[in-house]
Amino acid sequence: MIQLAIDLAFVLEKAILIGGIISVSLLVAMYSTWAERKVAGFMQDRLGPNRAGPFGLFQPLADGLKLFMKEEIIPNASNKFLFILGPGLAMMTAMMTSAVIPWGKQIEIFGRTVDLQIADINIGILYIFAVLSMGVYGIMIGGWASNNKFSLLAALRGASQMISYELAMGLSIIALLMLTGSLSLKTIVELQSASGGWWNIVYQPLGFLIFIVCAFAECNRTPFDLPEAENELNFGYHQEYSSMKLGFYLFAEYINMFMSSVLMATLYFGGYDIPFVNDASLIESMGMNMVAVLQGLSLFLKAAFFIFVFMWVRWTIPRFRYDQLMHLGWKVMIPLALINMLITAIVVLVRENGWPF
Amino acid sequence: MQMLTNRSKAVDRHPMTVWEKMYLPAIAKGMSITLSHFFKKKPTINYPEETRPFSPVFRGLHILNRDEEGRENCTACGLCAVACPAEAITMEAAERKEGEEHLYREEKYAAKYEINMLRCIFCGLCEEACPKDAIYLSETFAPSNYKREGFIYGKNDLLIPDPKKEPELYQKAVGERARKK
Repeated sequence: MIQLAIDLAFVLEKAILIGGIISVSLLVAMYSTWAERKVAGFMQDRLGPNRAGPFGLFQPLADGLKLFMKEEIIPNASNKFLFILGPGLAMMTAMMTSAVIPWGKQIEIFGRTVDLQIADINIGILYIFAVLSMGVYGIMIGGWASNNKFSLLAALRGASQMISYELAMGLSIIALLMLTGSLSLKTIVELQSASGGWWNIVYQPLGFLIFIVCAFAECNRTPFDLPEAENELNFGYHQEYSSMKLGFYLFAEYINMFMSSVLMATLYFGGYDIPFVNDASLIESMGMNMVAVLQGLSLFLKAAFFIFVFMWVRWTIPRFRYDQLMHLGWKVMIPLALINMLITAIVVLVRENGWPF
Repeated sequence: MQMLTNRSKAVDRHPMTVWEKMYLPAIAKGMSITLSHFFKKKPTINYPEETRPFSPVFRGLHILNRDEEGRENCTACGLCAVACPAEAITMEAAERKEGEEHLYREEKYAAKYEINMLRCIFCGLCEEACPKDAIYLSETFAPSNYKREGFIYGKNDLLIPDPKKEPELYQKAVGERARKK
């Protein structure tokens, strides 16, 4: 008889890790809303929210309270089950991405060495893409279940946009994978942080450019926020939503933003690697736990910078028209990604096998 | 066609060059502009904490004045009410009794003095009409209120603090303008 050995400590360790990462990403998403309004204010020569608490830091709490207090409206003609499922799905897919991201190297607690990654699966990137494309379901189900033609149109808009940009995103990642030769995010980060290893941005500037543009489109952020063009088209796929269900959709968008920022940092900017520092010697001098904290902080700062870029772009660039969006996605991004892939492939082949002619 | 001004410019319709078609340089330019605004000084005045300085001729809420000994100047002559183009001022006169000399400067005083701040247009004609220097317009404006009745200011709201009993409040109410006189 085969005995399934369940290591209780292992389960506990992962549970704590999952809880920690989820609460951190929720907190980051919460304060992204604050940061967004602050950045918007500063870029428009205003001060942004500064009434609730010091620097307006309690503003997200007030916003959340407001959303909770609002009346929960479920339209009569809607499909109630799917109507409630929609925002839940959007939130869940947004959170699930965090499972494969390495947040730091290792820490030692109670004699155990704990990896700061929920699951080091060898198909990490594939998993992320699978989860990201599931995000479309949140939009589609929400738009369809509302039983409102405008919501449905907005959902279609959103879904087709996400699918078109996912192609270019995937292609830009393939070029990266040719270089690293691994789908595991941990391996990718370790390759970048190894001594003598450069960050992938050095090898793949074009790939990164394509990736960041597609990330904007995936997160439905300006200049690609057509699914919810709040001021000129109808509000979007969450038009019929109110109260915290609307809050979930908006929140999921901010979590997505955080996750894609972390992903960009992980894939192209060395992940938790602390720049200009030799990690091995740092571990000797400071101890493993301290270094893990610093690494987490380094990843977090990189992600915070990208979140800032997201906001910066939002308050700079006007929205694309839908045909321009599709034109950019299919006629510019995908060919560029293909060319990038081709060039990378040639370089990798030549480096491995030598110049054949 | 003859131009009316030399400011008009012909619309530039030349086909975009490759550099312009790349779109990214333009984005970088735009982003540098927004970033420069990010670090600019903000013109906001945080109202309750900071206030914008009023002009020296600002005409705000009315104040019923007292003399140096803390006696009310107003004699309820009614000239301000007559001068008022918005008919915002009403008053009732009363005669000063024995033993009230420390309260009112002259034999007659205003037992009731009301200004409807919703009717008042803050023209300052009452101030000009007053022969006793009893009413003048201060440097504050009427705060908001939930009820219309709240905007009818009585003597309690209008009288300046007693300069003998509360000299600090009195100075504050007198404001910058009176100090210069």
